Amino acid sequence: MKKLACLLLAILFVCSLSAPVSAENVEPDTTITLNVYNWGEYIDPSVTDLFTEETGIKVNYKNFTDNESMYAVLSSGAASYDIVVPSDYMVGKLIQEGMLAKLDFNNIPNFKYINADFKNLEYDPDNAYSVPYTWGTVGIFYNTKYVKEEDLAQGWDLLWDENYSGRIFMFDNQRDAFGIALNKLGYSMNTPDPAHWDAAYEALVEQKPLLHQYVMDQVFDKMINEEGWIAPYYSGDGIIMMDEEEGNPAIDFFVPESGTNRFVDALCVPASSPHKREAEMYINFLCRTDIALMNAEYIGYSTPHVEAQQLLDPEIGQNENFYPPEEILKKTEIFLTLPQETGAYMDQLWMRLKLADPRWGIFTAVVGVLAVGFLGLFVVRFFKKRRKR
Amino acid sequence: MMRSKTAAAPFALWMTLFTVIPLGIVLWFAFTDEQGQFTLSNLSSIGEYAGTFGLSIFLGAIATVICLVLAFPLAFTISRAKGRKQQTMVMIIMLPMWMNFLLRTYAWMSLLENNGFINQFLRVIGVLADGQSVSLINTNGAIVLGMVYNFLPFMVLPLYSVMVKIDNSVIEAAQDLGSNVFQVFGRVVLPLSLPGMLSGITMVFVPAVSTFVITKLLGGSKTLMIGDAIETMFIGQGANYHVGATLSLVLMVLILVCMAITGMVDKEGEGDAA
Repeated sequence: MKKLACLLLAILFVCSLSAPVSAENVEPDTTITLNVYNWGEYIDPSVTDLFTEETGIKVNYKNFTDNESMYAVLSSGAASYDIVVPSDYMVGKLIQEGMLAKLDFNNIPNFKYINADFKNLEYDPDNAYSVPYTWGTVGIFYNTKYVKEEDLAQGWDLLWDENYSGRIFMFDNQRDAFGIALNKLGYSMNTPDPAHWDAAYEALVEQKPLLHQYVMDQVFDKMINEEGWIAPYYSGDGIIMMDEEEGNPAIDFFVPESGTNRFVDALCVPASSPHKREAEMYINFLCRTDIALMNAEYIGYSTPHVEAQQLLDPEIGQNENFYPPEEILKKTEIFLTLPQETGAYMDQLWMRLKLADPRWGIFTAVVGVLAVGFLGLFVVRFFKKRRKR
Repeated sequence: MMRSKTAAAPFALWMTLFTVIPLGIVLWFAFTDEQGQFTLSNLSSIGEYAGTFGLSIFLGAIATVICLVLAFPLAFTISRAKGRKQQTMVMIIMLPMWMNFLLRTYAWMSLLENNGFINQFLRVIGVLADGQSVSLINTNGAIVLGMVYNFLPFMVLPLYSVMVKIDNSVIEAAQDLGSNVFQVFGRVVLPLSLPGMLSGITMVFVPAVSTFVITKLLGGSKTLMIGDAIETMFIGQGANYHVGATLSLVLMVLILVCMAITGMVDKEGEGDAA
């Protein structure tokens, strides 16, 4: 059935190529307002104004902070959105649950500018529901003042290097932390094998005493003021750390050759959207070269738009750290939704990693004994008093 | 009698809606599994957290003791001060509480960091060589420090409010009867300020045991305290409401036991005085 649908879609696609203006295409209604739901700081604000100026369609722009909260809002039906920008694994989940509308690529001719490496990815194998918007990788930020150039060859093992003990940061979220440990050990980041996860857990236990701390957003401040020297982080966000003015120019970035996690955020239209035609128009607009360039410059994440990448400042657009060469890109993995039991096992291991030494339990025991003792005392007294009466 | 009951009705309603019912929900979550079936497996899985409970109790107790040691002489000095001066001193104690709790903890972070003010100062006066640093942040000591700093006023204020009622003539009487400084303290001041001490201990120990922000900011998120464990069970990827509810239930029982113990000591103290 799925194959048939693919075939039909392919035929449709080919037909549409030969006849770009389909007769039954509805004209967009320019009096409406599009509701866009996107990450914070994830679009150049003037792009929205330009769109309204050119088409007359107003845009109501809302932000979310993570995929899970976006999913919660979307699935509860509390609000109706016309465009959402979930990450890879969440796109897959939304497709599975039938929450996304199939896009009509006739209305998105600018899709042709999207790099072929970002089409038909695992989460949307036929590329029927999503248009890649931005992407990035996880790599290691390091301070060139303290970290020796030759140590970088270790790849992820740099995060386990005892010479830098106390100066290393690690992700404070289980998926990214385990992803690094799994890749370091040569396993897939999406492995369902518990033995692989156990091995990754052991590696993280070994790493813990070397860490300055587990960290997320605070990594910016702490790397910039040289509190620590080595931190794995997302390429696009981390670029701020290297900024000449706001950041610390001594900080550099590299992607380990053994591979890493690649993430893609994609433009999608929820199945519940009443303005699919206009939403596609908006997506097409975002894929126009000048607009994609504006956004790429503003957001800092890598763009899948071929022409925009070429027009970018060569220091970024031709930078192998942000646009890794083919052979590294091949080794990257996209996070897939883990099977339920694997996800639960990962959470459990992560918790165990962070729990205090069981020997501290002695205090729990002491308090328990005290509590029982006092309770006993209380009961004995209570009965004595009663007897007196 | 009837009238006072009517007056309490709004509060009773409030309590039912926002305390009793939520408590019931916590109980329900603690004793059910994902399918809503009754289970004790949550409770038995708590064993893994024994160490975390222990660490929380240990650090909380240390912070409480330090607070008590610091607050006792301070509260006594304030209570003996005269009029205006007394008010000013109380205000100074309250002053840090006007600032946001998070902000204050962040401030400690920049004091304790490897390149923080304390380490920089030590480098300037030559105690440390350039590039060297004492590791202050992300240790259990830093967590205790954060607790003491944040919860000290909760120890000082109840102590002060009890001590201010101790009449100077009582102390003078003890002195006239030949008590030395230690005897005055041990046999007069200490017993009379016991109720303040106990409520101070409760007010510091309870939030200290269940704190979670301080551990994250000053402890580097490396070792969870029980508050953090509960937080992660309710927020984020690894959320499991059932285990989280069980953890909070155990914490609640623990706090209840602590309060019962202090309550009993309190009653005994009164008994002795009578």
